[in-house]
Amino acid sequence: MNSFADLPKSGYEVRPKIAPDGAPLGELLEISIGPHHPSTHGVFRMDVVLDGETVVKLKPVFGYLHRNHEKIAENISYLSSMPYTDRLDYFCSMTNNWAYALTVEKLAGLAVPERAEYIRVIMAELTRLQNHTCLIGFFAQDMGALGTPLMYAFREREKILDLFESVSGARMMCNYMRFGGVRVDVSGEWLAQTKKIVSDYRKFLDEFETFLTQNEILMARTQGVGVLPRELAISASITGPMLRAAGVNYDLRKVDKYGIYRRFDFQVPVGAHGDIYDRYMVRVLEMRESVKILQSALADIPAGPVMDPKAKLRGFRPKAGEVYGRIEGPKGELGFYLISDGSPNPYRYRVRPPSLINLTILEDMCLGQKISDAVVILGSVDIVLGEVDR
Amino acid sequence: METLEQIKARIEPSLPLTKIDLLPNECPAGERSLVVEASRALAVAGFLRDDAQLQLDYCSNVTGIDWPETVIKTKVKKKVQVEGVEQEVEEIVETLRSGHLEVVYHLYSMALKHGPVVLRLRTENRTDKTHLPSLTPVWRGAEFQEREIFDLYGVIFDGHPDLRRLLMWDEFVGFPMRRDYVAPDDFEYEPTPHDEVLAAARKHYPVAATPEVKPEVPV
Repeated sequence: MNSFADLPKSGYEVRPKIAPDGAPLGELLEISIGPHHPSTHGVFRMDVVLDGETVVKLKPVFGYLHRNHEKIAENISYLSSMPYTDRLDYFCSMTNNWAYALTVEKLAGLAVPERAEYIRVIMAELTRLQNHTCLIGFFAQDMGALGTPLMYAFREREKILDLFESVSGARMMCNYMRFGGVRVDVSGEWLAQTKKIVSDYRKFLDEFETFLTQNEILMARTQGVGVLPRELAISASITGPMLRAAGVNYDLRKVDKYGIYRRFDFQVPVGAHGDIYDRYMVRVLEMRESVKILQSALADIPAGPVMDPKAKLRGFRPKAGEVYGRIEGPKGELGFYLISDGSPNPYRYRVRPPSLINLTILEDMCLGQKISDAVVILGSVDIVLGEVDR
Repeated sequence: METLEQIKARIEPSLPLTKIDLLPNECPAGERSLVVEASRALAVAGFLRDDAQLQLDYCSNVTGIDWPETVIKTKVKKKVQVEGVEQEVEEIVETLRSGHLEVVYHLYSMALKHGPVVLRLRTENRTDKTHLPSLTPVWRGAEFQEREIFDLYGVIFDGHPDLRRLLMWDEFVGFPMRRDYVAPDDFEYEPTPHDEVLAAARKHYPVAATPEVKPEVPV
């Protein structure tokens, strides 16, 4: 075994006894929310200190779902990691696949056929639709709207998952993309069905918004709650709808223009206040833009092959080098960092998890808020524990 | 965006005593990186963030890498005179690369929408000198990622506001992402332990302490 340098003593104390100015803090209550709590969206735990109902301190605790995804990937071949990426953020396996495939393609210099690029955009935008819909359902549930919005959301999500299932064989663990294309082609029937679901989605969004956007309870619970200032959002590497709700126009589909996103005409919704209501609105508007992208992608998709004939999946050994690739996932910037040493396994495989990094400022947003709002703030961050803990 | 040579040429005069190396990258689509000495890392990070032309305000990704001590074999072609005739002979040159841990920061600019600039810091060795300055005071987004690297690789970030294990539990010993880490085999519970598992678990306990399985006596 190695000998290690002396580790720093952990001075971790959840419960502050005195305020920074020396005054005693009175009767404080320390509670642990989670890991098995319906509003923590998985096995996530928060150590919270309350003064009455006000949050004085909040420390997130991770690791209940840790299986060292990165170590597993270093011991298996490049292709074998593809199904594992499904399990990162199990709501959005298609975008996880794409981020990984994109990075390996950049590493090995593979091209992607035109039709596969269109299929990837269609899959990614369908994923964004179902992720944002469900998230809104979940966090309405966190506010006490038990059942109804969530069931509406799940009804629509199931239609999209049926599409995934018919093309890849699995509802959630799609394992659909490959380096240099996608695994199987989609049929004309599938495209026609997708067109119908996408054109119905606008109607569903109108219906969803009728119930929620002007809802008095939702407005009272979310406006001015959990405000994230613009400067803090940038400094804390927040990405995705959280960042854009804080007023920063930064969408990788526009900045990097990966894939074929430069061909589509869409706008990036940006919030003004950085509160939960803005996060909700940014997600709704993003879904409307996704519908626009989907409609034009479904209209323009060309015929042709879906795999690069030069791509060799078995015995795949990219040349030595390192590369960082990233895409705009529904939760934020999903990145993969790969170092190849010329062997069939990556020397280093790193996932940049947007859910984990977006939790950096959870305590900052919750301090001074009521405990019932802390639950809604966590819901508005949009985390999936498969990705947080990896 | 400026090239790395230009960035290096601007940093070195403005921050005295700073030496920056450029690390090549064999992958054509990948980025080269700036290797900075640990003692000057905070100053360089501050420069990269605050400089008007760079404005790298967004620290996207922080990665730890373990490089154990290895012998690197490279083939070198040499011309040798054999009995008056010049011949080309291949020779294998062995160089020892000392072991170290490396932390890689991928920096982007949200204001100017460019990037990445890759910044690398290296520890002196893998055993007792694994200290690096924390860049969390410059980019808050590095907070959890540096904790994760401390947790899984054992890099100690001086100046980090809350350096604890992130994914493993506090009592855990060792750093699982290191290349030479051996997973323990004594805590795996199996309802019906078979020979290999029993043999592996027995190594960890004194012989007398191993409970004997008594056959159940029917009443």
